[in-house]
Amino acid sequence: MCSLALFPPPLPSGQTTLCESNNELLSGASTEDRLKQESSPLSLHFPRESLKLHSRTESSSKAAFLDHSETLWMRSAAAWRDGGFTGLLNEITNSHTEVPKWLSMSSGCILALLRWVSSFHGSLFPHLTLSSEDMIAEFSQVLNWSDCVVRAFAWHPHTDKFAVALLDDSIKIYNPKSATTPTLKHRLQRSVAAVQWKPLCASALAVACQNCLLVWHVDPCSLSTRPSSGCAQVLSHPGHSPVTSIAWSPSGSLLLSASPMDSTMMVWDVAAESCVPLQRVGGGGVSFLSWSPDGSHVLASTPSALFRVWETRMWTCERWPCVKGRCQSGCWSPDGSRLLFTVQGEMVIYALTFTDAPGQLSHSGPQAAAVVADLSETTFSTPDGDIVVGGEIQSLVWDPRGERLAVLLKGDPQAADRPAIIAVFKTRANPIFELLPCGFVQGEAGAEPRLMQFHPNFQHGALLTVCWSNGRITHVPFYFVSAGVPHFGLSGSPLLPHPQQRPADFVNQSQHHHL
Amino acid sequence: MVSTEQSCWFIRKVICWRAVASIAWAVLLLPPITLVFVIISKFSFLHPIQTISECLYLLTSASGIFSFILLCGVILIVGFLHLEYYTVIPTIACSKIALLGQLLHPRHFINSLVHCFMGVIVAWCCAVTMGLRYETLGYPCTESDGHPQMCLNEYHLILLLAGAFVGFSHSLLGVIYNMNYVSFHTVQQYKYLRFKRCLPLVVKCSATQALYSVRNYIVMYLFLGKCPFFMNKMLVAQPIHLLTALNNFFQIDYSVHPLDSIAGLLDLSLLYHLWSSATFLLLTWNITLLLFRIFVTEVYSFPVQSSFTEDSHQCLPKVLTEKQPMILKFLALQDLALLSQHSPSRRCEVFSLSQPGGHPHNWNAISKECLSLLTDLTQRLVAYHDTVATNGRAKSLSSGKDLMSPRPVFLMKTPASVFARSVAGTPQSPLTSLFTPDLDSPFASPALRRLTAPVDQCSPWYGTVQSPHIMRRAPKLWSTSTGEVEFQKSNISFSTHRSSNIQVLSNEVLPEASSQALFADSQAHIWALEGLSYLVQASFSEDQFGVVQTTLPSILSCMLVLQEAVDRHFKLPHASSKPVRSTSSMGDSTYKTLRFALRATLKTAIYRITTTFGDHLNAVQISAEHRKRLQQFLEYKE
Repeated sequence: MCSLALFPPPLPSGQTTLCESNNELLSGASTEDRLKQESSPLSLHFPRESLKLHSRTESSSKAAFLDHSETLWMRSAAAWRDGGFTGLLNEITNSHTEVPKWLSMSSGCILALLRWVSSFHGSLFPHLTLSSEDMIAEFSQVLNWSDCVVRAFAWHPHTDKFAVALLDDSIKIYNPKSATTPTLKHRLQRSVAAVQWKPLCASALAVACQNCLLVWHVDPCSLSTRPSSGCAQVLSHPGHSPVTSIAWSPSGSLLLSASPMDSTMMVWDVAAESCVPLQRVGGGGVSFLSWSPDGSHVLASTPSALFRVWETRMWTCERWPCVKGRCQSGCWSPDGSRLLFTVQGEMVIYALTFTDAPGQLSHSGPQAAAVVADLSETTFSTPDGDIVVGGEIQSLVWDPRGERLAVLLKGDPQAADRPAIIAVFKTRANPIFELLPCGFVQGEAGAEPRLMQFHPNFQHGALLTVCWSNGRITHVPFYFVSAGVPHFGLSGSPLLPHPQQRPADFVNQSQHHHL
Repeated sequence: MVSTEQSCWFIRKVICWRAVASIAWAVLLLPPITLVFVIISKFSFLHPIQTISECLYLLTSASGIFSFILLCGVILIVGFLHLEYYTVIPTIACSKIALLGQLLHPRHFINSLVHCFMGVIVAWCCAVTMGLRYETLGYPCTESDGHPQMCLNEYHLILLLAGAFVGFSHSLLGVIYNMNYVSFHTVQQYKYLRFKRCLPLVVKCSATQALYSVRNYIVMYLFLGKCPFFMNKMLVAQPIHLLTALNNFFQIDYSVHPLDSIAGLLDLSLLYHLWSSATFLLLTWNITLLLFRIFVTEVYSFPVQSSFTEDSHQCLPKVLTEKQPMILKFLALQDLALLSQHSPSRRCEVFSLSQPGGHPHNWNAISKECLSLLTDLTQRLVAYHDTVATNGRAKSLSSGKDLMSPRPVFLMKTPASVFARSVAGTPQSPLTSLFTPDLDSPFASPALRRLTAPVDQCSPWYGTVQSPHIMRRAPKLWSTSTGEVEFQKSNISFSTHRSSNIQVLSNEVLPEASSQALFADSQAHIWALEGLSYLVQASFSEDQFGVVQTTLPSILSCMLVLQEAVDRHFKLPHASSKPVRSTSSMGDSTYKTLRFALRATLKTAIYRITTTFGDHLNAVQISAEHRKRLQQFLEYKE
């Protein structure tokens, strides 16, 4: 089992990680690094000051208008439209001067009863009492989401373009081959928690918003910088908000969405705008989804100490109760046979192995999860003083070839010597699955990693894109020689030979080269 | 002859048993539903214990058991009707008059009558169950002269008529909302889970539909409620002994508050009972329908090849090429799409060579059938596009002519009218293929049938409503042309000045309906595209003999041509407008969005092939135009 003690010490302040080459992480001083990065077209910087934030929220704009007294009926209708049944009851209770006493009394009683029931429900599932912004921040894969300039990031699965969701609720699409950077804005596009491109499609981008799900169709040949909101499909289902996680099926046919408020997981047929709710009792919601790259399984974690692994042929699921907390993050190996996940409150990475062939119903799945890495706190002494690295894990990402695993460690925002940091492991599946230390990825002084993602088809190894707390997006390449087979773009199919199935001796040779 | 035998094989061995299973489950579910209904209809807050004892008494009484047996019989008939009337390709009425024609079609009319009758039976069972004032048709009363007699119990009558009305309206709505259409789901689930998921929706639908039906029924009864009494009086006038005897048997007690007044109908308990029995009726029927849909659309796994020659007609490559029954073809295509995605061993059989001879018969048959399906759709789209393009011009021409001619000519502006013209010109044009599946089905609207068939002098439509238009719409009329400005003006006046009833009916072409009709059977094309693209993708690593490579150029060009036709179709007005979702209806509206699903699937299918093969595709022999198009896909610019 790998632990952080085996890692090379973190870089001194002022140094940033540049790339991995010859099995070694190379670093450089900040200044020259910055110069180098500015020249790269894909490295971006979004200073917080440059974003136009909403100066006031929508509800507060009411104050700008003169008070206009409407009839009770109009107000009730408006309350019904805006707030549903509870809104209507609230309105009736509040306007007790105009309605008969018995009506306001009874509606007040029903309201109190409803609140009591919901508080009871909330005591079972404490996350239900959070506001929707807090809930997204709690369950997002992004570290400290509410304070993040870059709130979501997604590489296109086949080309070199990516989408960036910013704090001001806009989404920008960058493509090195095109001069235009379309900016997507929509009335309903608020509090973006996740974005993801549709596989096997050039244009469709799914966006998880506060109240709905948007699917943008951004024509890659269009010269327009502001696609109209008519280009977006709005998918919503009552009770299914805020959406915190989305996942396209690797074949591009279905879209999954999940909300911690809703215990059903939606399977969307985007073209028909119809959905199939998949409901299971327990858990109180679904907070995080991850579709295995071969399309056979889906990880769905709930806000309570339970997660499910769905099998996507007949949509049945296995329950996996955790001991300590909820499943915070998870990722699949490229062939979909292995799931790595982390649990809130624990400092280890677990692995589950699914041996069944895709397509056959699995009843012979794994019996228990195995611990593959220990990330408990380790003190490193650097020239700047001691640094404590380790602790709880925010998110896990695995590169598409299954060779590098990046782990975002939460750290402690209060303590200066416990920064959030990205630890990168080398992974190998043969002869036994194990994680080997690679190193830490660090940015400029004072910048914390918030969000990371691997490029889906980087030719020379793996490319980790990191969004930093100062609004910078950088790319850290890991150059290594993978299997000799050519790379066919995204391995969206379970059928293609996967690059990680290479001769074991070659692995040994390359990995022990510098040990 | 052989083919009919084979299709009989499938209907007999699979579909019938599935229908029987669904009906059996519906009958099994009847006791709990009835129990809930009994409790709901008899419940009183003040005497809960009495309610329970009454329920128990009713469930064990002879009349209770008899009515339950009747209900089972009704479920059997409903299930049988579903088996008889279901379709996998919806019939889409392109205009209101076509819809009217559908409704008045004899087969539908019989269906409605049977539903009406069964509604009466269910209502009678409900009346027996509810007891009290509803229980019998007659009750003893004394005439003014003190002579004891039987009087007509209007409460019982109103309930029976309500049953008839709800049954009838249910069947009418079934035609309008295509309730007999059975759609296939993209997400496979076990039958139990699917049923569990749909059950709350069905309950909600039944309750709301019952509410609307009862409302309409009440309004109708308010105005027509005198009819039973008239009937009664008529009976008095009849000199026949039997009828007078009957009449003497049922006398109307006029002292009781008549029910056809507003005050009489505003009886909350009566309304509640009407609504609950209507809900019960619709719920049992809708559950039967739901179960039927779930069972019939269940995946059926066909063998790819068989070692015995007598089973060879049941194998996938053979079954795919069958034309009838449609359900067989659809299930075969669904199985193809699933095996190409999930089952490496069955894919291996598809790519295998025949044992003596070494021919890839399986792959050839499958790819040929899929390609012919796609080509068929392409031709259909191209023909439609051409017709619509000429339609725009022709319509304005003819209306311009109208304006100048001294006597205005009525003109039907349905897209179907366009087809009539082209059909009249060339009866074998590809357009006829557009509606051929519908023509075979009993649900084909007579209007469409009339349009695609040569003008029939004996048809009931001839000489009544539209025949003058058809006669006047001879091709020579359309070919004359005049100035363009006039067309514009005349178009406006043409559309605003119509007031006759026929015009209102025929002018209101349901928007996008023709587009929906064009893609009505596109589920088959979607599966064909998925199946082909997954198989081609799998062939990259699994096809040992290279059988797929020989057909790759034709597959690619077929998909690219279809892509072009679909793109062109979506540029037409109404084609890309999204249909309004109706959630509170049992009718399945999947067919309304099939064209969007097809467009998305087609693009994904091409991308699946280009992503898998990458630059290897440059070695494939295709035309320069298609190569250019393919390059767009390779660069992810589509």
